[in-house]
Amino acid sequence: MLSKLSGRAADIDSPTRLADLLDQQAYLADEGLATACFLALRMGRPLFLEGEAGVGKTELAKTLATVLHAPLIRLQCYEGLDAAQALYDWDFARQLLHLKAAEAAGITDAAKLEGELYDRRFLIARPLLQALETQPSVLLVDEIDRGDDEFEAFLLEILSDYTISVPELGTIRASSPPVVVVTSNRTREVHDALKRRCLYHWLEHPPFDREVAILQRRLPHCSETLARQVARAAERLRGADLVKPPGIAETLDWAEALLTLGARDLDPGTAAATLGAVLKHREDQTAALRNGLFGGT
Amino acid sequence: MARDIVATMTGFARTLRAAGVAADHERTQNLLRALSALDAGVPADVYWAGRLTLCASPDDLARYDRCFTAYFGGLRAAPARPGAPVVTVTRHTAAFDGHPGTRDTEPEILATSATEAETLRHRDVAGLSAAERAEVHRLLALLGGHRSRRGSRRFTPSHRGGLDHRRTTREMLRRGGEVAALRRRTHRTRPRRVVLVVDVSGSMTPYADTLLRLAHALVRSEPRATEAFSAGTRLTRLTAELRHRDPGLAMDAASAAIPDWSGGTRLGEELKALLTLHVARGATVVIASDGWERGDAGLLGAQMARLARLAHRVIWVNPHKGHEGYEPLTAGMRAALPYIDDFVAGHSLAAFEELAERLGHA
Repeated sequence: MLSKLSGRAADIDSPTRLADLLDQQAYLADEGLATACFLALRMGRPLFLEGEAGVGKTELAKTLATVLHAPLIRLQCYEGLDAAQALYDWDFARQLLHLKAAEAAGITDAAKLEGELYDRRFLIARPLLQALETQPSVLLVDEIDRGDDEFEAFLLEILSDYTISVPELGTIRASSPPVVVVTSNRTREVHDALKRRCLYHWLEHPPFDREVAILQRRLPHCSETLARQVARAAERLRGADLVKPPGIAETLDWAEALLTLGARDLDPGTAAATLGAVLKHREDQTAALRNGLFGGT
Repeated sequence: MARDIVATMTGFARTLRAAGVAADHERTQNLLRALSALDAGVPADVYWAGRLTLCASPDDLARYDRCFTAYFGGLRAAPARPGAPVVTVTRHTAAFDGHPGTRDTEPEILATSATEAETLRHRDVAGLSAAERAEVHRLLALLGGHRSRRGSRRFTPSHRGGLDHRRTTREMLRRGGEVAALRRRTHRTRPRRVVLVVDVSGSMTPYADTLLRLAHALVRSEPRATEAFSAGTRLTRLTAELRHRDPGLAMDAASAAIPDWSGGTRLGEELKALLTLHVARGATVVIASDGWERGDAGLLGAQMARLARLAHRVIWVNPHKGHEGYEPLTAGMRAALPYIDDFVAGHSLAAFEELAERLGHA
């Protein structure tokens, strides 16, 4: 029922233990997220992470890979992503060379030639095939909502039994399935059949205290005062009905920008100077400056 | 696993289903699997195992929390209540009761000659008899066949375009390694998405039903590339309801789903809600409204500006534009006008045909 675990994953015996390991890599996971990751490892199920942009979905996959000492294999989705870019492709140039070489050597047996031409060595592994062939590995299927429904269909096929069938070659099977993290910004509803295969977790913006902790964990030079001020301002911005409220990624960028400038405090002046690190829409910047959303604790 | 845990969890899943969460059999199996990796005696473990396996969208989470408290708090959950509360709806014919032109006694089958049909095409739908409306609705259902197309990233075999490696290799093999024919491929095209927003507020009552039928025709012709919404005091997505093949059933489903018939309009806020759904990017957006904005016209203007930047084309359908001497004077209409690509009439069958034609070329 539960998947075979290899290497590092086998040592992780509880969500708390996993949260500790993530913490060592400066990723602070709450109880829900730690449980989600733990179950994904134990059950061999993909983890479907949804949430606003910049809440740390991609970062989690990266950290998970570090914790498990496994390579991260990333597949960025976009519209029109097809099998040749996601699964495998045949190396046309090398196939051509091989054909020419065979011709020069006087080989004319068509069946034999075909067998040689569609050999594993002429197959270029794209991310999904790479992930099945690499053990252990963490496969990140990033921003699946950007892909189209055709892509969802073949992803579903692969995630249900971790095999890929190449018509000319046969079926390629993963001896132990990779850890799969699928992320979505929810710009589009992903098909339910795919979600049913996965563990579903909705990532929220972190509460104030956790955000302060994350800022200090990630930016060791950041004083507690500054971290608190930045987190407080970010909280205010999220409540202010903006086109794009800042995520934790933006808050980190912002704090880093302030540190780079040598700012000790977040006052309206430094805030205005570093506005571009946290708000990326002109309307939002104007609204924030007008309503005095920056500065103070 | 202990039998009572299985029974408890199955019961919990049933409660969730009654509350509208798609906690089906497969998901319940996943929950049991998850629990065997955790501790079923710890409430937090049960909570997270259930939430991670049984929920599928942020909307599910609130329902899940309610059900969890109700079920494991020693209480029985509320009885099944499918979907949103059904609101009593003003039926489409109701708007015409007492209308001077109403001739409900007329036989349902209308014998139309060619000239009558032609006249009907240009008549304002607000002034039609029930039978004439039925005829217009029948003709409306035939619209929406053409849709403008946009380039896709996917490929299809073609005579022109870049080299198709796979097919060329296959062809060469067939000829013993001879490069005989180069196979080519080009990008496929897909229908461009149409997002239709129908104003169902009080001032639009005479046209709302006909516009929803148009929405049905558009959804039916390209189900995967059309989104339909109603706008009154809040934005309601009607795409799923309008997918019914039968226009009557689709109208009933849509009517039941719309909570705010014949109320006011807060178009600015509704467009804002529409923009957060990310359906407008690259789409042809059709807004059918008379522009009687109850809310802030400034907000409407700002949202229209964003919409115009995101959408491929913005078409505004105003039933009153077909009337002689119409001037866009309402505050909402004036705020929206600078951001509209096409400002068209929407009062007669002929006007809807023109709109459908426009969607075929836009």
